Amino acid sequence: MRKFSVLDGLVVPLDRANVDTDAIIPKQFLKSIKRAGFGPNLFDEWRYLDHGEPGKSNHDRPLNPDFVLNQPRYRDASVLLARDNFGCGSSREHAPWALQDYGIQAIIAPSFADIFYNNCFKNGILPIVLDVAVVDRLFRECEANEGYALTVDLDKQTVTTPTGESIRFDVDAGRKHRLLNGLDDIGLTLLQADKIKAYEERRKQEAPWLFSGSQQ
Amino acid sequence: MSGQTLFQKLWDAHVVHVESDGTTLLYIDRHLVHEVTSPQAFEGLKLAHRTPRRADAAIAVPDHNVPTTDRSQGIADPVSRLQVETLDANCAEFGITEFRMDDIRQGIVHVIGPEEGLTLPGMTVVCGDSHTSTHGAFGALAFGIGTSEVEHVLATQCLWQKPSKTMLVKVEGQLGKGVTAKDIALAIIGEIGTAGGTGYALEFGGSAIRALSMEGRMTLCNMAIEAGARAGMVAVDQITIDYVKGRPYAPKGAAWDQAVAWWNTLHSDGDAKFDRVIELDAAQIEPQVTWGTSPEMVTTINGRVPDPADAPSEVKRHDWTRALEYMGLAAGTPIAEIAVDKVFIGSCTNSRIEDLREAASVAKGRKVSPNVKLAMVVPGSGLVKRQAETEGLDRIFVEAGFEWREPGCSMCLAMNADRLEQGERCASTSNRNFEGRQGQGGRTHLVSPAMAAAAACAGHFVDVRKE
Repeated sequence: MRKFSVLDGLVVPLDRANVDTDAIIPKQFLKSIKRAGFGPNLFDEWRYLDHGEPGKSNHDRPLNPDFVLNQPRYRDASVLLARDNFGCGSSREHAPWALQDYGIQAIIAPSFADIFYNNCFKNGILPIVLDVAVVDRLFRECEANEGYALTVDLDKQTVTTPTGESIRFDVDAGRKHRLLNGLDDIGLTLLQADKIKAYEERRKQEAPWLFSGSQQ
Repeated sequence: MSGQTLFQKLWDAHVVHVESDGTTLLYIDRHLVHEVTSPQAFEGLKLAHRTPRRADAAIAVPDHNVPTTDRSQGIADPVSRLQVETLDANCAEFGITEFRMDDIRQGIVHVIGPEEGLTLPGMTVVCGDSHTSTHGAFGALAFGIGTSEVEHVLATQCLWQKPSKTMLVKVEGQLGKGVTAKDIALAIIGEIGTAGGTGYALEFGGSAIRALSMEGRMTLCNMAIEAGARAGMVAVDQITIDYVKGRPYAPKGAAWDQAVAWWNTLHSDGDAKFDRVIELDAAQIEPQVTWGTSPEMVTTINGRVPDPADAPSEVKRHDWTRALEYMGLAAGTPIAEIAVDKVFIGSCTNSRIEDLREAASVAKGRKVSPNVKLAMVVPGSGLVKRQAETEGLDRIFVEAGFEWREPGCSMCLAMNADRLEQGERCASTSNRNFEGRQGQGGRTHLVSPAMAAAAACAGHFVDVRKE
């Protein structure tokens, strides 16, 4: 898994609540059997004026000048500032894959949808929950100041503004440890193989029908 | 000490190991697999030279990409075809049972699990699909996961989780005629919002829920995710047990008796404490229609499109304005005056036999309105389709002017050829009215199967209770 420690990144504000994963990466791109290459189609229906399809070159597609990611001042942003319930809807991990492939490494919002939030950690993206009033203020500061950047420090659990103000955020200790060290979840779980085996042996006695299988 | 909630009972039965911070390694009993969210997981396994810990706990089916028209020529779109072929190859390589596209048992993953008895009370059920909450209808702990976790379950049969908070959604009283589980689901989402259930596992209880059939309970739990909750559940009762009995993969003989004895304990204790409780009066719930681009943007058939000026906050005012613009609707428009271009009856929310019966009873002897370009019925599985045909429902639909299709996810998310074109408006029995969900620029209104059938015949939304 990709590591995350400290990020000093340009911020792009996406001023909409309930941004769903269908909007983050539309369904036609989910036909891919690969993990990479989703970045050019991140927010495809908002970002381009025409219809995108997998396999179609994105270089000469007409960009929507009104969409925030297309504004030159936000080019190369790596911190996404968002509103409530970001990442709701479908469980598609293609959403964090697309964000990560585009270059987004941290997302700040007042709240996230559960599945999306979890999927971010599996892909080296840090989702940060901050109080709604703080997020409101970051939106205002970001929009008022071109080149607005934030420093995100996972170890210290702080977001630092250009004026040096440090805002603390919460993160689950286990998730933090894994993200800081880029640990492989499956590898860690397999360290518990004896316990998994013991559980299975016990369950086979208690509830044998759970082990009769789908292979009839 | 107070009693346990159903969630706590299900959780406790599946704990393998607990870390010092409470993070828990939870055992997974059933893993449902489909073609869209699994290829990268299988690829990950292969790259790490791993194999599934329990191939027998998994069941796979292609559903998102499959055509709903004639399948004898296979899938025309080469990208979709490759994805389905990749699932076939992975299942063959790793010994996972798959209901392939030409199998009568093929269908939407959340329809076939219960139908085959692969979903059982007391199980932990996961799938790389957010609508896995559906299976909670059986008194199971069921939730959607991402592809990294699909790989994790394949490799270890476990997931790292922290316990959710619990919310009891109590619906008491009797539903009015023509009001369905879909209307309950939408009314709840209208009440608590699409993020109201974030961080919670929902339990649906109360006399109106106990009166629902298993199919109604599945519709309700299916939409828990649209309220933000990864898991929704209903306690086991005799209706649950009667539904499961005799299904192909359900336990039999002594194992059945042993299973039922445990299943009968799968309900929240009378003195169990929930983190939050909300109550709805079933008699007050009217047929629901969404007007915007989030399932919480919902009103009743007798309502009107709201005015953003009345929105409760600045952020919501902004969202409502944008939603009305996308939906091409003016504030104040009566819902019953909104005309539809297409009608979709299907999806993991509403494609089971009772849904089709409900829609057919409205469509019987009537005709699809001339202003409706396409009205389609997509059964949830090959077995649902066959049952409907045995009952003659297909003839009712076809005589009314509906298209009768092959099973799959179809126009719920438009990954196959079934979709809305720019600006088209659809009465849909699916679960999401997001921008572009049913096709770029398409406008979705979520309704029950009966309301969708009524809209198809009237050409606009209409109160099914007056039909």
